[in-house]
Amino acid sequence: MPKQDETLKAITANRLRDGTVVFLGPDGRWVEALDEAALFDEAAAEPALAAAKAKAEREQFGVDIYAFDVAVGADGRLPVKMRERIRALGPTVRTDLGKQAAA
Amino acid sequence: MNHIAPGAHAGIYRYDSIDRQFVGERVEQFRKQVARRLSGELTEEEFKPLRLMNGLYLQLHAYMLRIAVPYGVLTSRQLRKLAEIGRRYDKGYGHFTTRQNLQFNWIRLEDTPDILAELAEVDMHALQTSGNCVRNVTTDQFVGAARDEVVDGRVYAEILRQWTTLHPEFTYLPRKFKIAISGADHDRAAVRIHDVGVLAKRNEAGETGFAFYVGGGLGRSPFVAKPVREWVAEEDFVAYLEAILRVYNQYGRRDNIYKARIKILVHELGLERFTREVEEEFARLRGPKYRLAPEIVAEIRRHFAPPPFEELPPASEALERARAANPAFARWVEVNVAEHRAPGYAIATISLKPAGGIPGDATSEQMELVAGLADRYSFGELRVSHAQNLVLAHVKQDDLFDLWQALETAGLGTANAGLIGDIIACPGLDYCALANARSIPLAQAISARFADPERQRAIGEMGIKISGCINACGHHHVGHIGILGVDKKGTEFYQITVGGDPTLTTAIGDILGPSLTEAETVDAIEAIVNTYLARRTEGERFLDTLKRIGHTPFKESVYAAA
Repeated sequence: MPKQDETLKAITANRLRDGTVVFLGPDGRWVEALDEAALFDEAAAEPALAAAKAKAEREQFGVDIYAFDVAVGADGRLPVKMRERIRALGPTVRTDLGKQAAA
Repeated sequence: MNHIAPGAHAGIYRYDSIDRQFVGERVEQFRKQVARRLSGELTEEEFKPLRLMNGLYLQLHAYMLRIAVPYGVLTSRQLRKLAEIGRRYDKGYGHFTTRQNLQFNWIRLEDTPDILAELAEVDMHALQTSGNCVRNVTTDQFVGAARDEVVDGRVYAEILRQWTTLHPEFTYLPRKFKIAISGADHDRAAVRIHDVGVLAKRNEAGETGFAFYVGGGLGRSPFVAKPVREWVAEEDFVAYLEAILRVYNQYGRRDNIYKARIKILVHELGLERFTREVEEEFARLRGPKYRLAPEIVAEIRRHFAPPPFEELPPASEALERARAANPAFARWVEVNVAEHRAPGYAIATISLKPAGGIPGDATSEQMELVAGLADRYSFGELRVSHAQNLVLAHVKQDDLFDLWQALETAGLGTANAGLIGDIIACPGLDYCALANARSIPLAQAISARFADPERQRAIGEMGIKISGCINACGHHHVGHIGILGVDKKGTEFYQITVGGDPTLTTAIGDILGPSLTEAETVDAIEAIVNTYLARRTEGERFLDTLKRIGHTPFKESVYAAA
């Protein structure tokens, strides 16, 4: 379990077929919700990212794969940067769209 | 009845069998490329340039498909198709852009060949809406209808489109290349912020010719295009443009993406040297091969023949009665309706900027409604403006009240064309992978703050333009008030410029002071406006007041509380 108020890293991509934002899950599968994503500390993130890139290329699954910072606190997970918050939820100006619409 | 067959008289170029075959073959080519990517035969590195050549970007939430609307002119049938694609393949809406194109934000790669095939059914495509090629040629949204028009820019924009589509020399330019053309006394196409800006005009002998401006553009290094030639004869139109593009292709920098646009080349070579190079190339090119024959121009012009206007009195009594009876309608006519060259007709701007709305967005239902209104009131034709609005260019004055009522019912009757609520805004960080900050929420907050139509009218002409990053898709540099979103350690801030001008007296705005938070920015806009209202003389525009009293009073009003 991550400690409270800690900044960790998650790994994200866009799914090749439809562009949907996905996150690397704990078992190496790609998941659609940030809450289900695997979180890594700084040292573990780099090899995990390299492995994810190689796997995605092999499987033709995801593109534009990168790691980003996630703050983990009492209220849950929140991407540190607005860009990743918007990717994780959907446009702030259309809360009826994106992943937030299904929440 | 305005017409017999909806769209039959619309001022668009109609594809012939060769055009249809070409676009159809291109769709099938892309279908195979997508299949090869999905099967793993193509890597992303190999595939990316292929999808970009078909207008398909990868943005924050999904693929974004940018569809070409040549010189911003659409038939009602084409708009209905866009509405249908929005409903079937996207999330029920589309976004009209500052390049008179339409973007869908939630496209699936695997659907894209089918979408392109559906577009081809209505003579549309997404070619050259991305990549280092000649992009959609833009023009005056009132083209063919404006009272002050001298030359019909559609004719020459279409000639350019045909000439540059898959032109082998210009498919891999140093960077993207944007051309705007205007043929009226007033510049409604912002020609001097383009790589090449063309002013079409007539001489005393009645001949058509062109003034060329080169090296304009916004982005990281904004420049106003410089005049390179006052008069290019019609027959030399293609040759002269080809000469410019050849010089750019030869000398433009490919080693540094930030210095690759023609504006940098013109700046670094100097106007004199650049002009000399172009003239030398032009002298080599001139000849039968590049001569634009009058028969070709006439054939293209035939596609843009005026619709069969009725013979009407210059002023409509029905319009005057409706204006007198309905102040809201009278306001809309005053603000959103422009004079038409044909007696008894008018040009109606349909604002896609309701107070608190998302600039340039239209739902599929709204697109279908506007398509129906175009059929009913404007010969089945409509236009997209670079200000992200729609235009019905040929409306009988007698029909304006009925049109307005239909628009009002659909939330499209906002009377703010050219006013403070008519904000240009790029998609910003809510959609765009390049953006540093959000643009849309700020546009919504400002338009909501200034929602009162009487207040807007009292302020008068006011162009607010917002970009979410330095690439300046929202044209912030030439906003009377420009706003640039910046990221400061993960927080969105906004930098305000004042004094920008997109017309022929083009000016790049000056930064007013330190950047502000979103909430502070809305207050700052109000402070600027209030300073203007307090200091202006009778009938004085914002830009004129700014020139007369300078920046200091505006700066003081914005930063007084800081």
